[in-house]
Amino acid sequence: MSIFRRRAIGLGVIVTASLLVLAGCSSESDSAGGGTENCEAYAEYAGNEGTTVEIYTTIISPEADLFVQSFQEFQDCTGITINWNGSQEFEAQISVRVEGGTAPDLAIFPQPGLLAKFAGNGLVPAPAKVADSVDANYTADWKNYGTGPDGVFYAAPLGANVKSFVWYSPKTFADNGWSIPTTWAELLALSDEVAAGGDIQPWCAGFGSGDATGWVGTDWMEDLMLRFSDAATYDAWVSHDIAFNDPKVQTVIDEAAKILKNPDYVGDVASIATTTFQEGGAGIVDGTCAMHRQASFIGGILAADYGATIVNPEDTDVEGGITTFYFPGVSADQTPALGGGEFVGAFSDRPEVQAVQHYLTTPDWNNKKAALGGWFSANLGLDTANVADPVNKVAVEILQNATTFRFDASDLMPAAVGAGSFWKEMTAWVAENKSSKAVLDAIEASWPAN
Amino acid sequence: MKLTALVPQRSLWDTVLPNLVMLGSAIAAFLGIIFLLFVLAERSPNKIQNILKYVVFLAPAAVLLLIGLIYPAIRTLIYSFMNDDSSKFIGFENYVWAFTIPEIRIVLRNTLIWTILVPVLATGTGLAIAYMTDRMKRAAVIKSLIFMPMAISFVGAGIIWRFVYTYEANLKRPEIGLLSSIWRAMEWEPRNWLLEAPLNTLLLIVVMVWIQTGFAMVVLSAAMKNIPDEIIEASLLDGTSNWRRFTKITIPMIRATIVVVLTTITIGTLKVFDIVRTMTGGNFKTNVIANEMYSQSFRQMNYGTGSALAIILFIAIIPIIIYNVRQLRLERTER
Repeated sequence: MSIFRRRAIGLGVIVTASLLVLAGCSSESDSAGGGTENCEAYAEYAGNEGTTVEIYTTIISPEADLFVQSFQEFQDCTGITINWNGSQEFEAQISVRVEGGTAPDLAIFPQPGLLAKFAGNGLVPAPAKVADSVDANYTADWKNYGTGPDGVFYAAPLGANVKSFVWYSPKTFADNGWSIPTTWAELLALSDEVAAGGDIQPWCAGFGSGDATGWVGTDWMEDLMLRFSDAATYDAWVSHDIAFNDPKVQTVIDEAAKILKNPDYVGDVASIATTTFQEGGAGIVDGTCAMHRQASFIGGILAADYGATIVNPEDTDVEGGITTFYFPGVSADQTPALGGGEFVGAFSDRPEVQAVQHYLTTPDWNNKKAALGGWFSANLGLDTANVADPVNKVAVEILQNATTFRFDASDLMPAAVGAGSFWKEMTAWVAENKSSKAVLDAIEASWPAN
Repeated sequence: MKLTALVPQRSLWDTVLPNLVMLGSAIAAFLGIIFLLFVLAERSPNKIQNILKYVVFLAPAAVLLLIGLIYPAIRTLIYSFMNDDSSKFIGFENYVWAFTIPEIRIVLRNTLIWTILVPVLATGTGLAIAYMTDRMKRAAVIKSLIFMPMAISFVGAGIIWRFVYTYEANLKRPEIGLLSSIWRAMEWEPRNWLLEAPLNTLLLIVVMVWIQTGFAMVVLSAAMKNIPDEIIEASLLDGTSNWRRFTKITIPMIRATIVVVLTTITIGTLKVFDIVRTMTGGNFKTNVIANEMYSQSFRQMNYGTGSALAIILFIAIIPIIIYNVRQLRLERTER
């Protein structure tokens, strides 16, 4: 067969395929008017035909397009129109709109701090139906983050992100016969084993991030705080109910030092401070280091800038393939998770607004949205089979198995600490070999007095 | 059942058009006011016309100064006496803080090193190059090359030089730092350049000198061109050496310009923050006042301490500006 004919056939296939796609498009708009087959599932939302619900959010195109797509069937069946209003000025504008009497029906809060501002101050308490659904489909920690300082439950969780990851190369692990550790002790034992091999550095780390240098260190502290103390201590640490130089915090930083300040594990400790957080993960791609602790987003950076491929843990033959395992707890059954998420609060108690707020908490919608890709939530009904991305799949497993879930502590601390001394001192901790005690004392001294 | 309304699909034009309309009406309103002022000025009696003349020409500048300089300056001053979110008056507490935090000694020391070294080094090299290329053929090529860094933003220069100073500790990974590579090629042991104080501050200063030398060279070179040829010829006839001619004729003749260049670079150096921010983020004992001011105000959201640092910086610059203005006046009266 000549190349020409092969090309011609290929072209034919493309033309046919695009015709099919076009036909698909046109038939879709036909059926939307004609009636959808699966509408029984939406029977509970009936009686709201012809209404519109505005959702105000920071999420803009292209992410917004997938949200809109996921609402399609709901809109077709219930007759409720969802008006997705994404704006990067959300955080500044939401106060203006609420005070000006033009509050949106629903607002997606990117952080609990902002939500707390409107608790008892415009936000409508979540109806019993939404609260029941959240009780059934999320862990109690998520409901707590949607609850205002006044103890009233306002906002239902939406999307999530996870930080408790260790990135590694399945190929490097398979080639050397290493297995995934499930406890902190096993993690240190594996690090010793890698170090003993001599060829590969067990850990890579990079704290550098311009004027935010040091935040990577704060993430290490937070993850270990959830492991070596309980959730209550973590909360007390965030709210300064225990001092920053409390012995409990001292324990945590000493554990972190076992990896980050161990030259056998990380090579030159001081250069962690001058290595950017992007560059920090590069070593697992080229095989010069074995493990790297970082949130899910680093996968995109390593894939785009360092030629990594995100693979499944089983894909042990892909050169430059990387994936994640759970940053283990002290014991195998202790599985806390560090991360973040968004919350949907209502400023109106109209039935159609409550219907949408409820629908977003259902496993049905969460599965539908996750299946469109690039997104996951902490919904317990979310089937990992619907999550294609290997890293997101691990993230969903972490969230669903989490004994506790906590937001990033440094984001919740006063900025003078969370975006100031905590970063700076963690940097000095590695860069100048400042002692753990001196670091904690300095952060404690910088905590603003009230 | 109804057809679904998707997100209102806004085309680019939909977003651009309202802004264009707004821009157009703003320009129209501005032109309208100017036109009105001119009409009024023309129709009024002579005496008022004279006053109006000043108003028409000075008002735009005065208004802009008021909005862009005086108002923010006063606000910053007020903020510097208030707490972090500017809700409570706390007296001189922010200033006390600024002079008592342990880190401030490093910040003040670094700012001092910067303001001494950068003007001297940049003006010195600029002066040397200007003198050497004066009356030289094809000097334009050399001068443009040396002037070129002036066209690079401080942030850009910071990023470029960060690559020069990059250090890779793991020998199995490729070394991408230029300086470290040179060191390794010479079989010396490279250092983690940006980490070691006080070496790192000196290396950051090199970046600023690299940028400012071109400015000093161009201005000083122009001043040298202004030295009357007769004086140079007379000195040549008298058989002065090159060095004597440089110290006894060139420098005294362009003394005023040297002072202006020195003070201008000093003011720029006092305000430097982009280089420090992009290269070390103020870590590793390289912090300077301007960077700390930014970090306090916009990272840690403490407008009180940030404003206090801004005022301290402002007060530190005032004497230099006064000196600079005096020199400019002196130079003008000499001519």
